Amino acid sequence: MQLNRRALAIAALSAAAFTVPAQAQTDIQWWHSMTAVNGEWVNDLAKEFNASQKEYRILPTYKGSYDESMTAAVAAFRAGNAPHILQVFEVGTATMMASKNAIVPVGKVMTDAGQSFDPKAYVPAVAGYYTAPNGQMLSFPFNSSTTVFYYNKDAFKAAGLDPEKAPATWPEVALAAAKLKSNGHKCPISISWQGWTQLESFSAWHNVEFASKQNGLAGMDARLKINSPLHVRHIENLANMAKQGLFVYKGRGNVPEATFVSGECAMMTTSSGFYGNVKKNAKFNFGLAPLPHYQDVPGAPQNTVIGGASLWVMAGKKPDEYKGIAKFFGFLSSPEVQSASHKRTGYLPITTAAFQLTEKSGFYKQNPGTDVAVNQMIRKVTDKSRGIRLGNYVQIRAIEDEELEQVWAGKKTAKEALDAIVKRGDELLERFEKANKAK
Amino acid sequence: MAAEKRVVFKSSWLPWVLIAPQVVVIAVFFFWPAAQALLQSTQQSDAFGTSVEWVGLENFRNLWNDESYLASFKTTAIFSVLVATLGLTLSLLLAVFADRVVRGSGVYRTFLIWPYAVAPAVAGVLWLFMFAPSIGIVSYGIRQLGLSWDPLLNSTNAMSLIVMAAVWKQISYNFLFFLAGLQSIPKSLIEAAAMDGARPWRRFWTIQFPLLSPTTFFLLVINIVYAFFDTFAIVDAATKGGPGKDTAILVYKVYFDGFKAMDLGGSAAQSVVLMVIVVALTVVQFRFVEKKVNY
Repeated sequence: MQLNRRALAIAALSAAAFTVPAQAQTDIQWWHSMTAVNGEWVNDLAKEFNASQKEYRILPTYKGSYDESMTAAVAAFRAGNAPHILQVFEVGTATMMASKNAIVPVGKVMTDAGQSFDPKAYVPAVAGYYTAPNGQMLSFPFNSSTTVFYYNKDAFKAAGLDPEKAPATWPEVALAAAKLKSNGHKCPISISWQGWTQLESFSAWHNVEFASKQNGLAGMDARLKINSPLHVRHIENLANMAKQGLFVYKGRGNVPEATFVSGECAMMTTSSGFYGNVKKNAKFNFGLAPLPHYQDVPGAPQNTVIGGASLWVMAGKKPDEYKGIAKFFGFLSSPEVQSASHKRTGYLPITTAAFQLTEKSGFYKQNPGTDVAVNQMIRKVTDKSRGIRLGNYVQIRAIEDEELEQVWAGKKTAKEALDAIVKRGDELLERFEKANKAK
Repeated sequence: MAAEKRVVFKSSWLPWVLIAPQVVVIAVFFFWPAAQALLQSTQQSDAFGTSVEWVGLENFRNLWNDESYLASFKTTAIFSVLVATLGLTLSLLLAVFADRVVRGSGVYRTFLIWPYAVAPAVAGVLWLFMFAPSIGIVSYGIRQLGLSWDPLLNSTNAMSLIVMAAVWKQISYNFLFFLAGLQSIPKSLIEAAAMDGARPWRRFWTIQFPLLSPTTFFLLVINIVYAFFDTFAIVDAATKGGPGKDTAILVYKVYFDGFKAMDLGGSAAQSVVLMVIVVALTVVQFRFVEKKVNY
C-alpha cells in the first residue's frame, strides 16, 4: 500500500515536472555521497527546496563514496565543469581549505548574496571546525556526527551487569568486558574508526592536544602530539585488553560495526551516525552512552570531535548561481529543516535553535540515547578540543590504522607505535606545510 | 630459423600509414600518460591543480626517506612471485587436465574461463566474504579444523588471502593460453611417444612442457605485469594494505596516495618508479629467460 502511494506520488511529481511551463530556472549541481536512507534524505531536501521557490533548482547527484566524489570533483574542476556544491568529508577539510582558488568561502557566498547569516547561530564545536583562523566560515556543516559508545543491554543483563548503567570510565569498561568474557562472550568490546575514536576524539574528550597549533586549526605548522603519557597509557590499556581477549580487533573504518549489530561484540565505540542502523537491524536492546574516559585526568570529559561532512562551494560560477546557493544554505539552516533532519538521520543538529526545537518536541525523551551525541558536542570548547584539522589527513588516518594494528598484533608496544605515528605523520604535515606555503 | 622472407614496400609512405593506427593507440594510451606521470612526479600541487610548484626530485627523495615505502618492495616481490608461480602452475595443471577431458569439455572450459569476467574489486570482496574472520564460511571451516585464521592481524593470513584472490582472478586467462598451446601441439608427437612406452608424466615433461615454453614465457611476463599493476583493487577490497603495511604492495600505494589521499605528485613519482621496475623486469625476462624458450 505504502509502495503504491509512493509510486503515485512519484508519478504525480514527474507529471508536474512536465506540465510546469519552462521557466528561466537556474540549475545548481550538488554532488554528494549519501546512500540508502541518507540518499533519500538528500533528495527530499532538494525536492522540498525546489518546491519552496521557482528561481533555482537544486540537482543532487550521487557521485560515489566520499573519496570517490572528491576525486570526481577534482577531475571535473580541472576540466572546467565542477559542480556548484560538493560534499566533502571532514578529513578532506584541510585539503579543501588549502585549495583557495578552487573554492569560495561559504561566509562570502552568504554575505555577497545578502542572505542573513550569523555564524554564532551554529553549534561552536561544529561550525568552529569549518571556520578559518580569521573567523570566516569556509564550508557549510551539513551532516555532522561524533563518537559515542554503544552497548548491548541484553548481553549486559546476561552477564550480571546493570543494563541501565553504561560503563563511564575505561577501567569500568575493562571490568564489564571481563564479566562479559567470563559469561562466554567472545567479543566483549570492539572499536570502529580506531584513529578517530581512540586518538582524535579521545584527545579532545580528555582536553589534551592531538596536535600542536590548536590541533592544526591555528596554522599549517602543526605537529602531532599523540605520544603523550596519557595516550600511551590508553593504547597500552587497550593492548592489554586485546591480549586478554577483552577487546577484539575487527578491522578498519566502520567495518567492525556489523559485529555489534549481529550481537557478536557487546560494546563498541563508533559514530553517532550508526544509530539508525542499530535501531533498524539489532535484534536486542541496546543503549547509547558518552565515550568512556579516565577519571583522574583533569578536565575530562570535555567534548568530542566531529566527523561527517560539509558542503563546499566551488569557484568559477555565475553570480546568480551563487545567490541560489546562498538561498539553499539559508533553507538548510532553518531550525525546522535542521530539526527534522536531525531526527531523521541521527546526524547532529548544526544550530543551537534546532537542538532546542528538537528538545521541545520531546524527541529525546521518546528516543533515549539520541541526545548523547548532542550533549557531548554542545559544550564550551577549549583550544585543545575545538576540533582537529590537519593536512594530508587521509594518509595520517591510514598511518594510525597501520601502527595501531601492530599494537593489537603484539608486534609493537603502545609507545613504539605512537612514536611511529608521530614521526610518520609529522613528515606528512611538514610536506603539506611546505607545499602550501609556496602560494 | 632459416632464410626469412623479407617483404619490401615500394612506397615510402605506405608502411607509415599502415602502422599509424597502432602508433596512435600506443601514443594516446601509453606514451602520453607516461609523459604526464613523469611531468607530475617533478611537481607538487594542491588537489585541484590551481597552484603547481616545481620541486625537481623531491617527490622521489621523500619516497627514498620513507622506510615503509622501501619495505613495500619486499612485499611486492613476495606477492608477485607467489601470484605468478601459483597462477601459472595451477592453470597449467587445469589446462592439462581439461585437454584430456573428452566429454563435456565445453562446460569445463567455460567454467574455468568464467572468473576472468569478474572485476578485480569484486574478486577481492568475494574472497573477503569467504574468509572474513567473523562471517566468512571458509574461515568458519578453518576454525572447525582447529586452526587460527585472522587476516586482520596476521600478516601471513592476509598475504595468503590477497594471493588467492589475485591468482584466482588470473587463472582463466592463463588457462586459455595454456589450453590453446596444448592443442596446437601435434597429436602425432604424443602418440609416437606413447607407442615408445612413455607414461603420461614423462610425455608431459619431455614433449608438452618444452613445446609450451613460448606460451609459458609470454604468460610469465603478463602475470608479473598483472601482479605489479592490476591488483590494487583486490588489495583495497580485501585488506586495505593491512595489517600494518604488510600487504601494501607498490601499486596499492600509488592508488591510495593518488586517488584517496590526492597527493598527485607523490603518486606520480611512485608510478614512475613502478614503471622503471616493470620495464627492467621485462627486459631481464626477455634477455635471460627467453633463451630457454624453444620456438
